Amino acid sequence: MTEHALEVEGLRKTFGDHVAVDGVSFSLPPGGSLAIVGESGSGKTTTARMLVGLERPDAGRIRVGGRDRSHAARGRATRLARARELQMVFQDPYLSLDPRVTVAGCVEEPLRLHFPMSPAQRRARRDELLARVGLGEREADALPRRLSGGQRQRAAIARALATEPKVLILDEATAALDVSIQAQILDLLAEIRRDTGVGYLFVTHNLALVRHVADDILVLYQGRVVETGPTRDVLAAPRHPYTRLLLHSVPRPGWDPAGIAADRRALAAALREAPPAPASPGPLLPHASQTRPTERSAAE
Amino acid sequence: MTAPLLDVENLTVRLAQGRAARPVLHGVSLHVAQGEAVGLVGESGSGKSVTCRAALGLLPEGAAATGALRLDGDDVLTMSPARLRELRRQDVSMVFQDPRASINPLRRIGDFVTEGMRAGGVPRKDALRRAAELLESVGIREPRAALRRYPHEFSGGMLQRVMIAGALAGEPRLLLADEPTTALDVTTQAEVISILTRLQAERGMGMLFVTHDLELAAAICDRIYVMYAGRIVESQTAEGLFGRPRHPYTTGLLAATPRLESDRAPRGVPGRPLSLAEAPDGCAFAARCAHALPRCGEGEPAPRDIEGAQVACLRAEELIHD
Repeated sequence: MTEHALEVEGLRKTFGDHVAVDGVSFSLPPGGSLAIVGESGSGKTTTARMLVGLERPDAGRIRVGGRDRSHAARGRATRLARARELQMVFQDPYLSLDPRVTVAGCVEEPLRLHFPMSPAQRRARRDELLARVGLGEREADALPRRLSGGQRQRAAIARALATEPKVLILDEATAALDVSIQAQILDLLAEIRRDTGVGYLFVTHNLALVRHVADDILVLYQGRVVETGPTRDVLAAPRHPYTRLLLHSVPRPGWDPAGIAADRRALAAALREAPPAPASPGPLLPHASQTRPTERSAAE
Repeated sequence: MTAPLLDVENLTVRLAQGRAARPVLHGVSLHVAQGEAVGLVGESGSGKSVTCRAALGLLPEGAAATGALRLDGDDVLTMSPARLRELRRQDVSMVFQDPRASINPLRRIGDFVTEGMRAGGVPRKDALRRAAELLESVGIREPRAALRRYPHEFSGGMLQRVMIAGALAGEPRLLLADEPTTALDVTTQAEVISILTRLQAERGMGMLFVTHDLELAAAICDRIYVMYAGRIVESQTAEGLFGRPRHPYTTGLLAATPRLESDRAPRGVPGRPLSLAEAPDGCAFAARCAHALPRCGEGEPAPRDIEGAQVACLRAEELIHD
């Protein structure tokens, strides 16, 4: 069995009576790219937050590079080791960067925390990281407010890459950017993945984007996995009605919003009677899900 | 051809900021006919929202506008405050991006929807009955009970429907929609758009739809204007724009948009979008344009008619966009 960069099994989180995430399982191979797709309330952001330790799961297992991190970290060394392996880039670069720290300082901070380096080594590594994301000396000395949205997101990516993570979680990381800039950032991310072998976990609602950035896709609906598989296959022949609805909802020529609205109501009514079943806990396999039994046996 | 419902002619807006006035719009001309859905597409800082709001006579604080902005021949820029209030109450309505930021959270839904009607002298009872009908037409269940509820009791998508109902209360002839679905989920977006386009067609309203999403604009609009750095750089029918974009910026925008049905990876446009104040002389897009020539930096390219499209590019005829 190959070692996964990230394995998640039977993840569950409730807030009061509300089940936000219910039996979510997936895995990401080293250097792979997986997109978690869903709308607000689907549990995609809660899932991402559990992975990086911002929320504690009620049940389930999370393993990064084979090491379990389902329980709270004990001690500074464990916490640091966990932070090193998994980094996150947030949606809004206007909120996620400290407004009082220069871009250079922002990238140096994780270096100082995680690596025993001399100041000269650290500066060299910092410049290397900033060059990697296309930021120069002028941007390095600037405070975030002097930068455009795209430049800030580049800085956030450089900061996240500083710890040499196994997996980068991109939570709607390009959603706030103009399209012409979004495409630049996507280019950059593809290049970085090719060069460094970092794995990506995209958390997004944008299926058109997923088509171009993710090898595999996981569709969440009301906290549960309703469909998963290689992106190409799922988008070409979606099996779950919710995936079909999401796909039809993407605006394009010949778009039929009235038809989509009717499908959406029909789906909501059908699911009120029979909610989606949570993926059954079982041996962890790539793309394990109830909706793709054939693929599960193929993977075995 | 009859006179258009909304006719914007050579609109230029400058912001007063300290002593240096900063321009935000330059020579914007566009028109919307009765019953027509028109898209206004651009990235941040392009001036699309300023243009849209100007049609309500809403200009940024201390801004000076020149040119004309006529609704049925009546210039909004020179209207008296009383006439402007009347215009906003019954002729032109706007649906904003974020319903939560645009509907008073302390007032009931009924107060919001009937506000314009009450100000216009409609008796309370009639206004409430009319409001319930409007809520029903945008698909709100139990509209009579909804009138008594507060904004926080509604989801974003439902609240956006309430905003549409409120916008339609004065039976406007022109509806301005400023990114009305950007804050919504994709399936909710489809639902709100279907309501908006159905009501627009039923009532024969003109609609100016502002968005950053070319695909969305193309899916619902008859014609599209593309803005860049405070100017309109291209206008065409929706099919024309996708089939044969004429301005290099439009081509770049189309290539940068991730597509479901295309294998081609989105390609970025180098540089970043400029606002008019930052734009150099000549064509504002020249610095990011792969086809720019030295003469592109000399004079501002005037919009020209080319086979049904209006394009502000010196090389519009010769460029073959792939």
